[in-house]
Amino acid sequence: MATADSSINYNTVSKRPPGKSRISIRMALNEALAQEMRRDSRIIILGEDIAGGMGAAGEQDTWGGPLGVTKGLLPEFGRERVIDTPLQESAIIGAACGAASNGLRPVAELMFINFIGVCMDQLLNQVSKFRYMFGGKVTTPVTIRTVYGAGLRVAAQHSNSYYSLVTHLPGLKVVMPSNAYDAKGLLIASIRDDDPVIFCEHLALYDDECEVPEEPYVVPLGEANLTREGRDVTIVALGRMVKFANAAADKLETDGIRCTVVDPRTLSPLDEDTIIEAVEETGRLVVVDEATPRCSMATDISALAASRAFGALKAPISMVTAPHTPVPFAPALEDAYLPSPEKIEKAVRDVMVYRR
Amino acid sequence: MLELTKAQMLQAYRSMRTIRFFEDLLAREAAKAPMPGVLHLYCGEEASAVGVCMLLDERDRIYSTHRPHGHCIARGLDLKAMMLELYAKQGGLCSGKGGSMHLADPDRGLMGANGIVGGGMPLVNGAALAAQRLGTGGVAVGFVGDGGSNQGQFLEALNFASVFKLPSIFVIEDNGYAETTASCWSCAGDHVKRAEGFGMPGRRVGGADFFEVYDAAGEAVARARAGGGPSLLHLTDFERFYPHEQGISDAMRPPEHLRWIKENRDPLNLFICRVTTSGQLKQGELSAIDKEVAALVEGVLAEAKEAPDISAENLLTDVYVSY
Repeated sequence: MATADSSINYNTVSKRPPGKSRISIRMALNEALAQEMRRDSRIIILGEDIAGGMGAAGEQDTWGGPLGVTKGLLPEFGRERVIDTPLQESAIIGAACGAASNGLRPVAELMFINFIGVCMDQLLNQVSKFRYMFGGKVTTPVTIRTVYGAGLRVAAQHSNSYYSLVTHLPGLKVVMPSNAYDAKGLLIASIRDDDPVIFCEHLALYDDECEVPEEPYVVPLGEANLTREGRDVTIVALGRMVKFANAAADKLETDGIRCTVVDPRTLSPLDEDTIIEAVEETGRLVVVDEATPRCSMATDISALAASRAFGALKAPISMVTAPHTPVPFAPALEDAYLPSPEKIEKAVRDVMVYRR
Repeated sequence: MLELTKAQMLQAYRSMRTIRFFEDLLAREAAKAPMPGVLHLYCGEEASAVGVCMLLDERDRIYSTHRPHGHCIARGLDLKAMMLELYAKQGGLCSGKGGSMHLADPDRGLMGANGIVGGGMPLVNGAALAAQRLGTGGVAVGFVGDGGSNQGQFLEALNFASVFKLPSIFVIEDNGYAETTASCWSCAGDHVKRAEGFGMPGRRVGGADFFEVYDAAGEAVARARAGGGPSLLHLTDFERFYPHEQGISDAMRPPEHLRWIKENRDPLNLFICRVTTSGQLKQGELSAIDKEVAALVEGVLAEAKEAPDISAENLLTDVYVSY
């Protein structure tokens, strides 16, 4: 169940067909970028193969990004604003951040969050600190879109959920949509935000569809979403895990166990109050995080609940995470690696039967 | 050779003398009583900062290094705000959040000193990209040391600048040593050939000679403004007069070598000798500037010592624009 999506959909048209109200995350992101670029000429996008074909003799805009998110932006906005770059992440992310403090509002694409190692200095020592270490003198409105997550058999160097690495850094905001509606509204909010934002997109969610308004709208950063409310257990789930948590909650409801599912939507700022209120309502917390377990969002949210809602807890906090290993390749191994609705369901049942 | 007016030459001298006096004074003060943090002094390299920055205007941006005081002064940053920051006092340039290694003033086009060697180089291209896309006519200059010149980030930046024909100018201040490691040992090949390998002109420049730096930088700036793309300047044949940082051993340089450098590669002495021999400026004009600079810098130091300390309430401000 964990890996129902098993192939990457490369040949996609990203633009919304006329009159279609349900669109995919891919289309929602594409629409957000196009609408924002029409609104503000200071917005440029840059990254590896974001159009595709740069300098080659054949077709241009051949990919529109490796996952098709930026397809069609080149014909509309041209090479001045849709900038295919060489494959050099320090140079790309550094240029985006430098341009952002000098009058542009760049949206850079870091093809996979695993490539963050190549450009980490620009995030760790540069852009995250400009505002603080220069005494508030520098503003850096840059959005860095990146892809995370396992499930597509691309193994150890293209599948990680490294969002906790960037959430650790003061000065960065970290955004992680779980559905197409949020994807569009959060991306627009990120582009309009004056701080650097790391915008994390799950590799296996691009084709997920829901109702998405055509007009531009903002989903504010720092506001969690309750996808369902129940009196028994609070599940805080991140990114793709929201989908798994809802699947588990559906199943549990048939047995009379009712769950609240909290989708934080942004990891920094984190909507602590909504999480705490939900935990206080149910007294039981399961945190579902696709990342490895040490120093993670799961441990962070658990610590938050333990320190702020200790008195309300009726059972130990449970964490459903990946094991502390790299992401494996073989389907049987990767399926075992990932959290799944079944694992979430078991964790919920366990906290329900806990007795001191 | 680019011509300089008398006023420009006086300005160049004033700027170099200010750097020298500001830092010599800091060195003396730091030896008397500890200052917070570290000081990487620039004395001996004044011709680089001033020779380059004399060509820049309000459209232009520079990215500095961990040895930034010279670049800051050459770009006209407020001396008092700098001194207050170095002493961690209220009114400091970066509100006590930066210190020597993170001085910045975007209003003067100084987009940041940088504690990470080579770390500013990708950012230079960002400023250049913004200038190019916004059509400001501005250029972006990245100063980097011989140590930083071997960083991957710098080499990535050279490629990126060249691919997009950005108005980026990379100035390698090869002062002979990355901390204690000799650049003649640590930099493989040749910087000018490296530049050529990335498809941009490179030029070797005597770093102690203001006029040579000014001329080479003038060529690079003109080329960048005209849309001709990036350039690299390799400033060499000069050294810093102080250790890598104050209070640390400088013993990798034999004392007689340092003495020779100070006697023969002092940018100020070379400048004075040149302009007085040619009759362009008179010794009296230069001495008058010396007095003014001394009074200004000593006044700023006295004010900084008297100023109140930064208060702890600044700790949590300026992390984000909004959060």
